[in-house]
Amino acid sequence: MLEKQTLIIEAGRTERHYWADLWRYRELFLFLAWRDILVRYKQAALGIAWAVLRPAITIAIFTVVFGYLARLPSANAPYPVLVFAALLPWQLFASGLSDAGNSLVSNANMISKVYFPRLMVPLGAVTVSLVDFAISCALLAVVMVWYSFYPDWHIVFLPLFILLALAAALGAGLWSAALVVKYRDFRFIIPFAVQVGLYLSPVGFSSSVVPEQWRLIYSLNPMVGVIDGFRWCLLGGQPPIYWPGFALSVGLVIVVLLSGLAYFRATEKTFSDVI
Amino acid sequence: MSIAIKVEHLGKKYSIARGGRKSYSTLRESLSHQGSRIANRLFGAFSDRGGPSRESATKDFWALHDLQFEVQHGQRIGIVGRNGAGKSTLLKILSRITEPTTGRVELHGRVSSLLEVGTGFHPELTGRENISLNATILGMSRKEIRRHFDQIVAFAEVEEFLETPVKRYSSGMYVRLAFAVAAHLDPDILIVDEVLAVGDKQFQDKCLGRMESMSKHEGRTVLFVSHDLDAIQRLCRDAIYLDHGKLAYQGDVASAIERYMSSAGALSADQGLAEVQDRWGSGRARISGLDILNSDAQPVTTLQSGQDFEFRISYTNHACDATVNDIVVSIALANTRRVTVMLVSSDFAGQYFTLQGDTGSISGSIRDLNLAPGDYSITLFLGRASGETLDCMNDVARISVIGGDFFGSSHPGLPEQCSTLTRSNWTENS
Repeated sequence: MLEKQTLIIEAGRTERHYWADLWRYRELFLFLAWRDILVRYKQAALGIAWAVLRPAITIAIFTVVFGYLARLPSANAPYPVLVFAALLPWQLFASGLSDAGNSLVSNANMISKVYFPRLMVPLGAVTVSLVDFAISCALLAVVMVWYSFYPDWHIVFLPLFILLALAAALGAGLWSAALVVKYRDFRFIIPFAVQVGLYLSPVGFSSSVVPEQWRLIYSLNPMVGVIDGFRWCLLGGQPPIYWPGFALSVGLVIVVLLSGLAYFRATEKTFSDVI
Repeated sequence: MSIAIKVEHLGKKYSIARGGRKSYSTLRESLSHQGSRIANRLFGAFSDRGGPSRESATKDFWALHDLQFEVQHGQRIGIVGRNGAGKSTLLKILSRITEPTTGRVELHGRVSSLLEVGTGFHPELTGRENISLNATILGMSRKEIRRHFDQIVAFAEVEEFLETPVKRYSSGMYVRLAFAVAAHLDPDILIVDEVLAVGDKQFQDKCLGRMESMSKHEGRTVLFVSHDLDAIQRLCRDAIYLDHGKLAYQGDVASAIERYMSSAGALSADQGLAEVQDRWGSGRARISGLDILNSDAQPVTTLQSGQDFEFRISYTNHACDATVNDIVVSIALANTRRVTVMLVSSDFAGQYFTLQGDTGSISGSIRDLNLAPGDYSITLFLGRASGETLDCMNDVARISVIGGDFFGSSHPGLPEQCSTLTRSNWTENS
């Protein structure tokens, strides 16, 4: 017989080949993401309409409340564009977080019947949220054309900030996914957190309206850095980035991501026992 | 021959909540528990009875305990044991779905495990899409899928429906498709749990044949769990009998099944029924024995679904004369959750008896036993239609329903989810 692979299963044994396994199972990852997308848009008409309608309504409300009623500054951009540029990363984060958070429980059956690196599941969920993000991006392009407001060279940095938003979503998603498996009622906290987060983050207004002495503390919300970055890219470098706060936000995103990974890996092996 | 699977001191512990099977905790409970612990620490002296502690709320349960065995390459091993004996836990550990608490397993070769047919199947996706998805989940590479695709489709006999969402498939087609994917895995070690339970007899034969040829001609190792002892006997030459998480026997399949059958169900009354203290009733007559006979009038220790049985209840008569002519006998079977799932009574049949002499017996025949496989406890009742209870004993004996072929399709039903079996016939209304 040819050279054989030997597998040792032992209590508490750390999987030495975990990351290699993750690569070996990449096809499964693609398939799961593909399945989720396929299923999501099989009932297409409503799916896409919903992806368009939701941001449109949010933008309209925020524009009226913050732009017209509160008359907050708009950094030289039309107010709806200002809001949309922030809503883009926020939605990516929010849907990535909530999909990832619920992903393990909704794939419970698979988890209790087959082995694969569990990290695939929340990772796939976050990836799928990129589809809605792409639709929103197209919508933003339409809105920008409508207002004849075009981004300049700053936009080349946008991919970096998309990665940052994904990292934030994945970090928070990993935490929630693992916590939802352990504490089922954590599931009810996620939508609440997302709702509150929308108002705590500078989505409806520019973070430049936050008084200078509070900005560093405000940046403890990692999404502040992400959203400021998106605006900076899309609105031609306006409003300028507040660097100390931005560094803090990015640092926190990295901390959340790494700690989320660590917690997920530590609890991963017990998922099938409690799910 | 070389070793394919080596299991040493394998153990798996679950913490189960008292009064229920494993349960997940909630954040709220956990927080309030932490809160009360802190409160206890702060005000320890005042509130030492400040709520139930977590330790008392759960208890440890060893699903597997110090399990030890070896499997050679090319062996086909059946695993038998009652529900809860640890069969599924063992397979889950071998398939890396869950981690053992103690011990170690060595697996030499590529492992495929099939704990369910059609894992990951999505009803909205077409047959073709689901084949690719399921095959990937089971560990096939894209190249292998392409190579085997036509064989899979042919094996499943679903050519015309490849582009149809599987939600429109009949259950037979669904299972065929799912198993076809699994049948084209190319592992050195194949782990199979109860998957043949679904599907018609003809297809089951095809699958068993496929597993057999994989093992015989290609030297694959097969580990096979099923409630269908017949299928185990056909496929496997050796078997492992698990009892309460421990290895009770490993050896040739016939003796393993024999041991399982004789010990598993054993109509086990801990003492003679006449000596049971925990009973109630006037005592003017008492139950002294229970025998269960099969349709050949042979005493049996286990029941099989779909078969006929006679329950023979012996009595000793102390003070009932011929004027007591409305005697009723009843037998109730309760499942492990203490829910009575079957109650047969001579009263229901409109039959009443008079006790003859000092000792005697009354028999009740039941036809076509429709209990799902599992363990049951027996309650016996002897009384009068007028209301007097002569003698009644709760949970005096236990018996198992093992195997049997109620549906004539070898499907055991889903004992975890139902307690009785009913035949049905399905048609599509279009």
